[in-house]
Amino acid sequence: MLKKRSTPQVFLALLAGVSIVAVSALGNDARADELGFGTTPTKEEIAKIDIDAMPDGRGLPEGSGTVAKGKEVFAEKCAACHGENLEGIKEAGGDKLIGGRGTLNTAKPVKTIESYWPYASTVFDYVKRAMPFNEPGSLTDEEIYSVTAYILNRANIIKEDEVMNAETLPKVEMPNKDGFIPDPRPDVRHYR
Amino acid sequence: MTTELNYPDISDWDVDDGTRRQIEGMIEAEKRALEAQRAELEDCECKEGMFPNPQPTRRSFFLATAAAAAAAGTLPQLARAEAPAGAIEFPVPEDPTKVQGRLTNDDGGYGTRSQFETEARWRFGTATKESSWTMTPLASGLGIITPSGLHFERHHGGIPTINPANHSLIVHGMCDKPKKYTMADLKRFPSVSRTMFIECSGNGLTEFKQPTLKTVQGTHGLTSTSEWTGVPLSTILSEVGIKDGAAWILAEGADAAVMTRSVPMDKAWSDAIIAYGQNGEALRPEQGYPLRLLLPGYEGNTHIKWLRRLEISDKPFMTREETSKYTDLLADGKARQFSMTMEAKSVITFPSGDMKLPGPGFYEITGLAWSGRGAIRDVEVTVDGGKTWNLASLQGPVLPICHTRFRFPWVWDGKPALIACRCSDETGYVQPTIADITAVRGLNSVYHLNGIMAWAIGADGSVTNAAHQV
Repeated sequence: MLKKRSTPQVFLALLAGVSIVAVSALGNDARADELGFGTTPTKEEIAKIDIDAMPDGRGLPEGSGTVAKGKEVFAEKCAACHGENLEGIKEAGGDKLIGGRGTLNTAKPVKTIESYWPYASTVFDYVKRAMPFNEPGSLTDEEIYSVTAYILNRANIIKEDEVMNAETLPKVEMPNKDGFIPDPRPDVRHYR
Repeated sequence: MTTELNYPDISDWDVDDGTRRQIEGMIEAEKRALEAQRAELEDCECKEGMFPNPQPTRRSFFLATAAAAAAAGTLPQLARAEAPAGAIEFPVPEDPTKVQGRLTNDDGGYGTRSQFETEARWRFGTATKESSWTMTPLASGLGIITPSGLHFERHHGGIPTINPANHSLIVHGMCDKPKKYTMADLKRFPSVSRTMFIECSGNGLTEFKQPTLKTVQGTHGLTSTSEWTGVPLSTILSEVGIKDGAAWILAEGADAAVMTRSVPMDKAWSDAIIAYGQNGEALRPEQGYPLRLLLPGYEGNTHIKWLRRLEISDKPFMTREETSKYTDLLADGKARQFSMTMEAKSVITFPSGDMKLPGPGFYEITGLAWSGRGAIRDVEVTVDGGKTWNLASLQGPVLPICHTRFRFPWVWDGKPALIACRCSDETGYVQPTIADITAVRGLNSVYHLNGIMAWAIGADGSVTNAAHQV
């Protein structure tokens, strides 16, 4: 394997129209076809922004939260936009969060976390990255687990004494978990 | 005298609250803009012209004031306060051949548009100005490129102000060599430019059930075309070395919404671009400065702006945007997910809603066609409500996944007419009617409406929304 070219060789190769094969800035562990720009991020640099949580629980942090604690967090941080009863406040831009089961196949579907969202992990993930709207990213992991637990409890999905953490949250079964299908388009098949 | 603007009463429509809110917001945005135009057009003979937005008389009144102010040495503050967005107001000499013009480079080295051009994006009337969107004024668009300052916007947490010197892209997850790239690092890679459209999948959401908005800016203004420049994502994937089993990439933005979407690996390898350039300069802040993802032909929401992170994984991440939003709810209660590709679509931009044709005679019908699956193959125009269709001429170059300008010469006989266009793309797919689409998907979806759009020309020359009529 060619590990490194001398400068004249590279120059000649480029002149000859050969596709770009460059000298790696990283030296011996670089592949020949690698440009090697950029640096290796530290674990801390990655961890700082690697905030996503996946349906199977990957990415969920340590810690846990309770419905009772979540009720407090919700009242303080969320109710102003989402309403005391999670009903949503149009003027504030806050979505309705619960209710709507059984409406998805009607003419007036009500899409909420309770009726529509297929994964509980998405609640944690979204609250962590974007909520509360006026102070995004300000909640602690414990507060996020708690407010997630509170919403799921108010949605009649988990019991009042259930604790949410990296173990329990991925096991929560959302009412609409089987509600999604792949995109079959083109679904109107007019061809010529 | 200002004519009253009538809109359908949507309070009793069968739609979910979120959709109703969106439609109300769209109506509100258009109404606000049209009312402002009408107010300016009072007592102006120009209101009989073809375009909804001709020269307001207020401006000529103002210019006289500005000229006086200039003489008094107070021009700059006064002028700038009154100029249209993106312009600077200058006094207009009676005869520009008799006085020297403005000083060269006195604009500081970056030009502005003419003070007589007032086209602007409209903001959708959401509760917060941070999470909102704006629509491109397609009716006045020329050619295929959207000016950067008129490119439609969708923000979920406002427009962040990012110093490129402090911005980096971290690529990690299922790869051999995680990487952190500064903007300077990324610009060292071989680059590529591509002229392509981006369309929000919510474009047209108000028109599913019946004609609702008045203008093409309202019904179709969530699509725009720019020339984008950046690094092919495939280059970056090669550099970091993708591990076996990797199938999805999470793209994440550095805005207050920390916007995320999962991208299929085959798309990432095929034609995705990490872009830092737009129309020959750096991205506009509202388009993701300093770095955004481009996924040619995919719905706009996936083109993550202010890109800070790419995480390679075996599964999709099921973020809020790809589960609770941007999914297509069908009549049976199931929802389609990862409906990425924007299908072939076209619209006549002239004549279009809220214009008025001054009288019978020659008009060049023109508009745009585009497809997320490739190049536009042909565009047909009807001027008799769909009884006969005629091939329009396409302006070259016809680029894949790009706005394509079409033109069709027409002599209007002064009688009521129903005009529409439909396109096909290189796959042979023909743009369907709105009824074709809702027959399959029902009326509960708000995304991916690419049906045929029609405009009605009245005997008085007025042009109105005739969606669903062809």
